Amino acid sequence: MTPRLWLSRSSRLALSFAVLALVILLALRIPALLSAENAFQVLRQAAVQGIMAAGVTFVILAGRLDLSVGSLLSLCSVAAVGLHDVVGPGWAIAAALMLGVVVGAVNGLLVAGFRLNSLVATLGMLSVLQGVTLLSTGGRNASVVNPENTWFSWLGRGHVLGVPVPVVILAVLTVVLSILLTRTCFGRYVRATGSNETAARYSAIPTRRVIFITYLISGLMTAVAAVVMGSRVMGARNDSGTGYELTVISGIILGGTHLSGGCGSVVRSVGGILALGFIQNAGVLLGLPYYFQWIVIWAVIVGAVWVTLAVQRRRVFA
Amino acid sequence: MHGRSLIDHPGLRRTFPAWLLLGALVIAFCSQSPYFLTGLNVSNILFQAALIGFVACGLTPVVISGNIDLTVGAIMGVCACLVIELQSLGVAAAIVVSLGAGAVLGLLNGVLVEKTGVSSFIVTLAGMVGLRGLAFVLTGDTSVALEDERLSSLIEYQVGPLSVGVLVFIANVLTLHCLLAFTVHGRNTYAIGGHRTAAYDAGIPVSSHVITNFVVSGILAGASGILMAANLGAASPSYGSGYELWAIIAVVLGGTGLRGGTGSIAGTLVAVLALATLRNGLELMSVPPLYEPLIIGTVLITVLVIDTIITPRRAGYE
Repeated sequence: MTPRLWLSRSSRLALSFAVLALVILLALRIPALLSAENAFQVLRQAAVQGIMAAGVTFVILAGRLDLSVGSLLSLCSVAAVGLHDVVGPGWAIAAALMLGVVVGAVNGLLVAGFRLNSLVATLGMLSVLQGVTLLSTGGRNASVVNPENTWFSWLGRGHVLGVPVPVVILAVLTVVLSILLTRTCFGRYVRATGSNETAARYSAIPTRRVIFITYLISGLMTAVAAVVMGSRVMGARNDSGTGYELTVISGIILGGTHLSGGCGSVVRSVGGILALGFIQNAGVLLGLPYYFQWIVIWAVIVGAVWVTLAVQRRRVFA
Repeated sequence: MHGRSLIDHPGLRRTFPAWLLLGALVIAFCSQSPYFLTGLNVSNILFQAALIGFVACGLTPVVISGNIDLTVGAIMGVCACLVIELQSLGVAAAIVVSLGAGAVLGLLNGVLVEKTGVSSFIVTLAGMVGLRGLAFVLTGDTSVALEDERLSSLIEYQVGPLSVGVLVFIANVLTLHCLLAFTVHGRNTYAIGGHRTAAYDAGIPVSSHVITNFVVSGILAGASGILMAANLGAASPSYGSGYELWAIIAVVLGGTGLRGGTGSIAGTLVAVLALATLRNGLELMSVPPLYEPLIIGTVLITVLVIDTIITPRRAGYE
């Protein structure tokens, strides 16, 4: 490996190392942070955002944004939980997943079909989906009447060999999506579209179809996350996903994915989300008021991206 | 107009969707409700417009210079809390200090964006979480209320049909319009948004112009927060959440492109009036508030889609 290539590789990973170092430092200060019980608790909670982040990473790699995932999470979890007592868990899950795909298709149509600015279009969808959720529930929250009596709860509360099921789902999906991104033609198309759309189009890559499919993936993964969340809580508030879009994007940024597209990985996005989860949890363990964590997250995200850029340009200030 | 008719003027043409929406809404609500065009209701609409308008007009120059400021909602919250907390200093001092805080937070955003090289989307996305945390730190997670009527009565002071808040807003719109249309700073702002590198090579002090725009955005978001707190006689740290979305919707609807380099305060003003009319009209027709997010989102997306369809695509450019 030439020194130049090595430098670009290591600068890309500098952020991951910085974040990892931060989490390890926190763990040294607070031994309880990485105890099996606490760690699984954090992982179980972060799994929902991790699954979403794995899907949204594709959209961001293609150089677009998806801000509608927070509202979509609310909508799908309300659908899964609300339909559970009506049509049974199997069909309820199927309906929620279908809903995720349909909303992903609408997003894809707006961004790839009508070529709208993805920030504004998905911002509009955020509002629309919030409205649909509120109207479909009439402002009430959904819940499962008899949570002890259904296999639906296994998805969010169960264990496989001592590992919480949401963590297993997150791990499996991370591997699958990572393979999709790094080992398939489609994955290469996504990164090509994100890094230089014009060049990609001239290389006969169907960029609009690629963008459309990334939105389908994002919608489907959000729906999976919604099912897991609904199953863990066995109920669904109709605003439960509010703000998740920001957490997800923050995690993806922390994982070193460039918002301009083309560069990033599913594994590092999920890692960024987990790191955020542990940083937040460390704040709780230290007894800080919850709103202090928001200030910490602000500093961590800006600081982390600054470090990456500083390493890349080998200068602290732009 | 360079010899073209007014209708062909590109800047004006971009505001057509906003004018169309405003006209359609006024006609629709006039025919539906006899109370719509009464003096009291119009002054209500104008007050609503001022609340969104301060934020949206402050955001416009930032967007024209090719950046985005997502912290405006959080800055509203900080300044609203601050003006109430500082009421013992006297009304004038409290307002000045709060606006100063808005300016400092805007300066912080601007300096972070320009000096670290981190994109404004990331800086202000993280800042929107962090500054919200700051608002919570200021009040300690409770809401605060005015102890006397001085601030409220100042806001309720009327000149003809216009309240003080609306008058300040109008003065503000005129100032900002002149700033963008007739000053060196305005011209340079468009130049930076149009092509940042070209502007830099032409010897324009890019950083100071961009930072100035962030400071203006911070001050005006602060003004909106103060207006909101004075109107309600209280403040809670969650004030202003969601206003960043309103502001972006208004800016985009008003014909300011998110890529930078185009746009106008006049367009933003029309869009703000349209949004305020929409909210007011829905209340007048006693549409349940549950419908509001759905309608706002649908309107935004519809307007964008129509705009894309009627805009001829520039050759060789997406």
